[in-house]
Amino acid sequence: MSMYNYGFLDENTKRELRRKTLKAVAIPGYQVPFGSREMPVARGWGTGGLQVTLSLIGLGDVLKVIDQGSDDSVNACNLRDLISETSEVDTTTDTLEATVIQTRHRIPEEKMTDEQILVFQVPTPEILRTVEPSEQESRRMHAERDYSRLWVHLYEDIVEWKEIRISYDYPVLVNGHYICDPSPIPRFDVPKLHQAETLFLFGAGREKRIYAIPPHTDVIPLQFEDYPFNVESYESGCEKCGSTHTYLEESFDSNTGERYLYCSDTSYCGKQQLKGQHQPVEIGVGWNG
Amino acid sequence: MDNRVSIRNVSKIYGKGCDSCIELTGPEHGRNRCPKCGTIVACADIGFDVYPGEVLGIVGESGSGKSTLVKTLYFDEAPTTGEFYLQDFEEGLSNVYGLSSLQKRYIRNHLMGMVYQNPHLGLRLDYSAGGNIAEKLLMADWNHVGDIRERAKELLTKTEIPIERMDDKPKYFSGGMQQRVQISKALANNPPLLLLDEVTTGLDVSVQASVLDLIRQIGRELGISMIVVSHDFSVIRMLTNRTIVMKNGRIVEQGLTDQIMEDPQHAYTQLLINSLI
Amino acid sequence: MTPHLHIENLTKTFTLHQFDGKQIVGCTDINLDLEHGEFIGITGKSGAGKSTILKCIYRTYIPTSGSMMYHSDTHGLIDLAKAEERDILEIRQKEIGYVSQFLRVLPRVTALDCVVEVLVEIGTEKAAAVAEARAILSHFQLSESLWESYPNTFSGGEKLRLNLARAMVKRPKFLLLDEPTASLDQGSKASVRDMIIELKRGGTSMIGIFHDLEFMESVVDKEFNMRNGIMVGGYA
Repeated sequence: MSMYNYGFLDENTKRELRRKTLKAVAIPGYQVPFGSREMPVARGWGTGGLQVTLSLIGLGDVLKVIDQGSDDSVNACNLRDLISETSEVDTTTDTLEATVIQTRHRIPEEKMTDEQILVFQVPTPEILRTVEPSEQESRRMHAERDYSRLWVHLYEDIVEWKEIRISYDYPVLVNGHYICDPSPIPRFDVPKLHQAETLFLFGAGREKRIYAIPPHTDVIPLQFEDYPFNVESYESGCEKCGSTHTYLEESFDSNTGERYLYCSDTSYCGKQQLKGQHQPVEIGVGWNG
Repeated sequence: MDNRVSIRNVSKIYGKGCDSCIELTGPEHGRNRCPKCGTIVACADIGFDVYPGEVLGIVGESGSGKSTLVKTLYFDEAPTTGEFYLQDFEEGLSNVYGLSSLQKRYIRNHLMGMVYQNPHLGLRLDYSAGGNIAEKLLMADWNHVGDIRERAKELLTKTEIPIERMDDKPKYFSGGMQQRVQISKALANNPPLLLLDEVTTGLDVSVQASVLDLIRQIGRELGISMIVVSHDFSVIRMLTNRTIVMKNGRIVEQGLTDQIMEDPQHAYTQLLINSLI
Repeated sequence: MTPHLHIENLTKTFTLHQFDGKQIVGCTDINLDLEHGEFIGITGKSGAGKSTILKCIYRTYIPTSGSMMYHSDTHGLIDLAKAEERDILEIRQKEIGYVSQFLRVLPRVTALDCVVEVLVEIGTEKAAAVAEARAILSHFQLSESLWESYPNTFSGGEKLRLNLARAMVKRPKFLLLDEPTASLDQGSKASVRDMIIELKRGGTSMIGIFHDLEFMESVVDKEFNMRNGIMVGGYA
């Protein structure tokens, strides 16, 4: 890989990315524009997260890449290969071993520490886009904390459906000022962002925005006193490992039509299965402690 | 200070402006456009007071600057010059034109209500009637859906909108009902000042009468101060205690409404009154 | 004790800008003292300037010159010719009633509500206001079947009775009457007279314009005659 610069990106680009990332960390939840580069994957396939990861990864880091909780999806594999080959870092599927985790739409089940960074791939960073088409107006609304229209949107949901129907991209108030999009993670993962030890970085390549939730920051999902925020719950546990405290995905047996629930975090599920077989395995604590 | 609103020296100029703009425009020249530089002087030298519970009328023909003036009062437009004091904001000691946009938004949400001629400007026609009212309440940090809906019901009842239409979208409402929803929304946070810009223009006569009646009732029961902008003297006569007459962006006369109607002093006001059918 | 109203050299001229500033004289050099609780009647032909005086006092007209010192309960001694508009509005609301031959009412407001709102404006409780309004409407013999209908459809006499009810219901300290008996039958005139006598007993000062000299003489303390905007004679 000697024909590429270390970490694929040229040094000037990395410097810009780091500067913008620092700014994002300094202003929690604020979307910092950056000059998103052409990457060897199409925009919309994780180029934002990829650029953020490449700008901060270095020798000695251990990388994990997940796509909807899975280490084995084609997209996760390709991104992992690209990063590890251009930056010569080791990779892992174990959340506890990783120093940098790039993710699409999930936060791992095991609680991350202040030694780790979680990089999110973000398709649509602007939470106000559903209620305001104009970028200029959205920026004004953020600056003035003029979020009443977003609130009305939630109110209208309740009027029509008796509940807030948003299941992902759930709006959160960060550090008491900006409302931001935590990327399309399920509601299940939203509480993990609140007062975490880990640095969360968000990269949106197509929309050219970076934002951050630093460690120990208040992250509060929007809710009403009489319609509090809630997370998904399931009537049974994971079909494979039996867990009842994880985020589960549905799948159907195409022959029998039967419905099964499996852990979305495949690495965690694997560990749980080993534990079930009384094999030696180290499993981290959950985010609730 | 016991006047609720004080306006001093307000002007709004569109264009680069020159030294002669003010001098060469106004009612005595019969124009708004500066002949030297082409700048439009929408209004200039505007000053007046509104007292608690008083209804002030602003009357004038199209292009007199009355709508521009009321837009600067609601911060929809920034004035070129001028001062604006509100008794309910820091005891009327701060010129609210000079505040940050955050503070202005606070004033818009808590201390003022606005009803526009065109419901598209005052309402989100795609949200429910209740949602429109909720927006104002949410801006004032209401956070309980049940409470919000109670308040919305109360307001819609006051403005004679059937409660069962609360969750319908105003885009399916008649013009008169849309104005009623606008009024409910404007009143949501019990503002001490209500601005009404040509609210009955374009409505059927019977609907017009009922909307005006509603406005009068609100004024009487809530003791709200109002500024009513209209080109229609019958609206002005029905609603207001005092009236300002505007032409070419200036005030040509102000006085008690019955005095303006029966003993107009300025040539232009006399012309207007003599033209009434 | 100073008079309730002391008018000195009151002159009103109208300038018609559309007719090259042509001047029309309303009244000239009017001097008049109205004592507390007194009733002054003004007579004269149409166009003699009688209404002009009343409208100047009420400030519907802006006096051209002269002064009108009024003894107000809330504002003390005040010149109505120069008083601030807001003070005029307050004095009108609380102290001065004006009854004209014409009824200016809003569409879609019932006769009863017309009277009720006058009371509500000065702070009377709604229920009490309704009771008082009903009482005064029956006093002026406005048929109960009309109470819940719109005054626009009323006959001249009915409108006038409603007007009287509106003006008198708040028991004003000072009442201006512009032809209060025009187009009334004998029975209604009697009830107007009763009300006037009752108000006088309660201390209300009044100035009235009359065509009906017989009626006027039965209620006034003093009378003045006007011709061409000038007061030509007074009789005690």
